[in-house]
Amino acid sequence: MKAIAKRLITAAAVASLMVGAAHAHRAWFVPSATVVSGDNAWVTIDGAVSNNLFFPDHRPMQIDAISITAPDGSTVKPANAMVGQYRTTFDLKLEQKGTYRIAQASNGLNASWKEGTETKRWRGTMGDYVSQGIDKKPGVQLTTSSRRVETFVTNGAPTDVKLTGKGLELSGAHPNDLYLGEEVTFKLTDNGKPAANVEITLIQGGDRYREQAGEVKLKTDASGAFKMKVENAGMYWLEAESRGTTTMEGKTLNSMSTYVAVLEVLPG
Amino acid sequence: MRKLLCLAVPVITAGAAHAGGIELTVEIPKLSVAEYHRPYVAIWIEDASGKVAANLSVWYDVDLKDSEGEKWLKDIRQWWRRTGRSLEMPLDGVSSPTKAPGANKVTFPSDKGALATLAPGDYKLIVEATREVGGKEMVEVPFKWAPGAEATTSAKGKEELGVITLKLTK
Repeated sequence: MKAIAKRLITAAAVASLMVGAAHAHRAWFVPSATVVSGDNAWVTIDGAVSNNLFFPDHRPMQIDAISITAPDGSTVKPANAMVGQYRTTFDLKLEQKGTYRIAQASNGLNASWKEGTETKRWRGTMGDYVSQGIDKKPGVQLTTSSRRVETFVTNGAPTDVKLTGKGLELSGAHPNDLYLGEEVTFKLTDNGKPAANVEITLIQGGDRYREQAGEVKLKTDASGAFKMKVENAGMYWLEAESRGTTTMEGKTLNSMSTYVAVLEVLPG
Repeated sequence: MRKLLCLAVPVITAGAAHAGGIELTVEIPKLSVAEYHRPYVAIWIEDASGKVAANLSVWYDVDLKDSEGEKWLKDIRQWWRRTGRSLEMPLDGVSSPTKAPGANKVTFPSDKGALATLAPGDYKLIVEATREVGGKEMVEVPFKWAPGAEATTSAKGKEELGVITLKLTK
């Protein structure tokens, strides 16, 4: 009985994860301003996973996983951090001139296989994968996944954001130099290489007040480039997901990268 | 070489003798609102390709403690984007206190600052005003810059700016 109950709970947990994915809870960081000026510039940032953009209604972002990179590449600690029921809030003082990157990035190795009708899941390192015999499981699927949720804030003139070369990342047009009526060209890279034919979803915040979210689907070309021109100034949620295969330590495995950026398009 | 120099000298003296330039009148409308703050205003000249050719004025709270006025310079959005964000404020001869509602007359001599090096040609003078808890507006006045030419052009704003009159003087 106990075993069945446990199994049911596990199934329920997995199901809820799947449902979560199907309902596409959206993760985001929204800064109080993306363009700031002066020698004593602060912004306050909310981070959450929600249904509506950008209203916290589901889960806060984990504060420990947040990384802030200053224009000179150094790491800055979030100030006045608070994790609430639905959102995480923190402040950032922009001591340097240039562009700050506020991100939550993670990556991991997952495996799944079937034992009878049950799907087993595993998470770990490549070393463990072999030493624990996971690689010998029947029909095992190994996936390396990376995920990045980020936003940008610029004090003074925008500076280049250095790519980490891990997972999906945005380059090309500057994320803090977006104005209504202008078409910009971004480039998406996956592990530093052009991410071709990747579908991108763009949704303007405030979808709670619209019957249809009005999401725009874009796609990268062979060079990973895509053009963006929006109809309204505002805060936008951009998501990209890329699936494929890759090789790690001589093994071919599935790869999955997801990327989210919150971008502000300013009026003219 | 010497000949060239001789030729150049009279031109320069001629310019100095006619210390004309741009006489600009910027009307700031009197607004009846619950909370009024004088607008932050930037005035600059753009060339035909849209590049900033001269930074003439920025009116903001220059005297606030800890340069607090600079915090809002980014709200003069187009000016900030095109030139402000790359400048170290305050800027000598450009930074100036905010102005009261009414017709504010400012002159920019052709032999000083940015105008001294402005090549003859077609330009736009742009005035952008942004007001705390208020609106933002940009007014453009096209003009032809030619040494010794006299002309008057004007344009009118709708909300945050009144009549802008640009007078080229000899």
